[in-house]
Amino acid sequence: MIELSNVSKTYFSNTSVGKRKGNDKNAVHALKNASLSVPKGAIHGVIGLSGAGKSTLIRCVNLLERPTSGSVTVDGQEMTRLSNAELNRARHRIGMIFQHFNLLTTRTVFDNVALPLELMGQKRHAVLERVIPLLEMVGLADKADQYPAQLSGGQKQRVAIARALASKPQVLLCDEATSALDPQTTSSILELLRDINRQLGITILLITHEMEVVKSICHRVSLISDGKLVEDAEVGDFFTAPRTQLGREFLNDFLQLTPPKELIERLMDAPGHNTHPVVRLTFSGDAVSTPLISRLARECGVDVSILQAKVESIQERTLGLMIAELLGTAAQTQQAMAYLESHQLQVEVLGYVQRND
Amino acid sequence: MSSAMIDLILQATLDTLYMVAISGLISTLVGLPLGVLLYVTRPRQILAKPVLNQALSVITNIGRSIPFIILMVAIIPFTRMLVGTSIGINAASVPLTIAAIPFIARLVEAALNELSPGLIEAAQAMGATPWQIICKVLIPEARGGIMTGLTITVVTLVSYSAMAGAVGGGGLGDLGIRYGYNRFNPTIMLITVVILVIMVQGFQSLGDYLVRKSDRK
Repeated sequence: MIELSNVSKTYFSNTSVGKRKGNDKNAVHALKNASLSVPKGAIHGVIGLSGAGKSTLIRCVNLLERPTSGSVTVDGQEMTRLSNAELNRARHRIGMIFQHFNLLTTRTVFDNVALPLELMGQKRHAVLERVIPLLEMVGLADKADQYPAQLSGGQKQRVAIARALASKPQVLLCDEATSALDPQTTSSILELLRDINRQLGITILLITHEMEVVKSICHRVSLISDGKLVEDAEVGDFFTAPRTQLGREFLNDFLQLTPPKELIERLMDAPGHNTHPVVRLTFSGDAVSTPLISRLARECGVDVSILQAKVESIQERTLGLMIAELLGTAAQTQQAMAYLESHQLQVEVLGYVQRND
Repeated sequence: MSSAMIDLILQATLDTLYMVAISGLISTLVGLPLGVLLYVTRPRQILAKPVLNQALSVITNIGRSIPFIILMVAIIPFTRMLVGTSIGINAASVPLTIAAIPFIARLVEAALNELSPGLIEAAQAMGATPWQIICKVLIPEARGGIMTGLTITVVTLVSYSAMAGAVGGGGLGDLGIRYGYNRFNPTIMLITVVILVIMVQGFQSLGDYLVRKSDRK
């Protein structure tokens, strides 16, 4: 449904033609050969830090930003080649919601949702027939005559969602749609987006810096860094085994699974006299429900001191994480790690600590 | 005070209101579109035309930098061409209008500049044409700020119209100069000033009321 291929976007500091020939030292390369494919009906997330190029990426889809090079196809239509009038028509098929909602303050809730229909030149009765069900769908039918200033952040975003859906789009672009909302409101908005995706079959492309958003509604996720898409994976795979360092950082940050500070200070890079490995274990699927730790103690003769542990459920998959110290002889702990790996656990040695007992 | 004097004051008050109304109306009709144009033709705006924008900006600045009293005298030939005379309230309305146009344009531009760029972006994402963005988003959303600007303009016009009195423009300024100043009649001077103060207060209150009504923030 959405295809970006080799999309680059460069902001030139000076628009003069001479500087355009590639010698503009202050040019900012916001996107570098980004390619992305979102199938119909999917919810695709793009995650990255601020300034990574997320905003530019999503704006290239409906050409709010025109790519410097590359092609953008939405529903089989090459967007970069459309005339202004054709582009406006194509944009009616692409809804968009924003971090700061961007509702018109001088229009009521009803009139905000009606705006895209007015722009399309629809008759008043057709507008009426379309707007009321939309407001019912987002649960704000009773607020039709209120002004945005009278609504909470979550309600404003619901109005914005209704507005984005008014022109019956096939694609919904979400630009940090929940970043200005509190956690509880965030999850209710995400639930609404998931329902919209399921009931109307709308393809959703969202950008976010929050793993929570990706975890709760995305099917697939891309990781963007410095204008490049560096990783593209099923959400379950991304959360169990990110392939890039940045992906791992996002995951660890999200799971807040870093060893306690006082342990980090004692951590040594190499084993020494009377040291024990501290390991991070990641287990998914069947491994979660297998009593591996107690078996480990019995079969390898090591003691396991659990420092941190967490079980997360991502999509239909379960992900377990643990930071533990393995106590035993060098041979025993080696054997233990091999045992764990043979049961599809990822074992990462964080370092070694000395025990004084 | 004689009834003839009261008639004079009444007539002068009506003359001032007439000049303010005519010049306020015409300058709004020209200044509002000009202000919108100044905004939408900026670089990276919805109708970016940097050269046109620069040209309009320079013209607007020239209009705003000429002192009103000089403008009034300088455009006398133009005024004659337009209304056939260079004295009286119709003649005074011409320089008042000319002076108010760039003033309004800049205030409208400033009001539009206060809007969140996200609103334009949202409208573009909905497939709005530049014309639709101007009519359905920019002007309605900035109407509070535009109203504030028009109030400032009308109040300024009241005091400028008094200045027009210095060159025989008619109205309260004319009365104040001729009877109050030239004939040393402090009562008339005081009455003129009081009426002008009341007029300004009235316009300001009306403006504030309209701004409050149109602002939903």
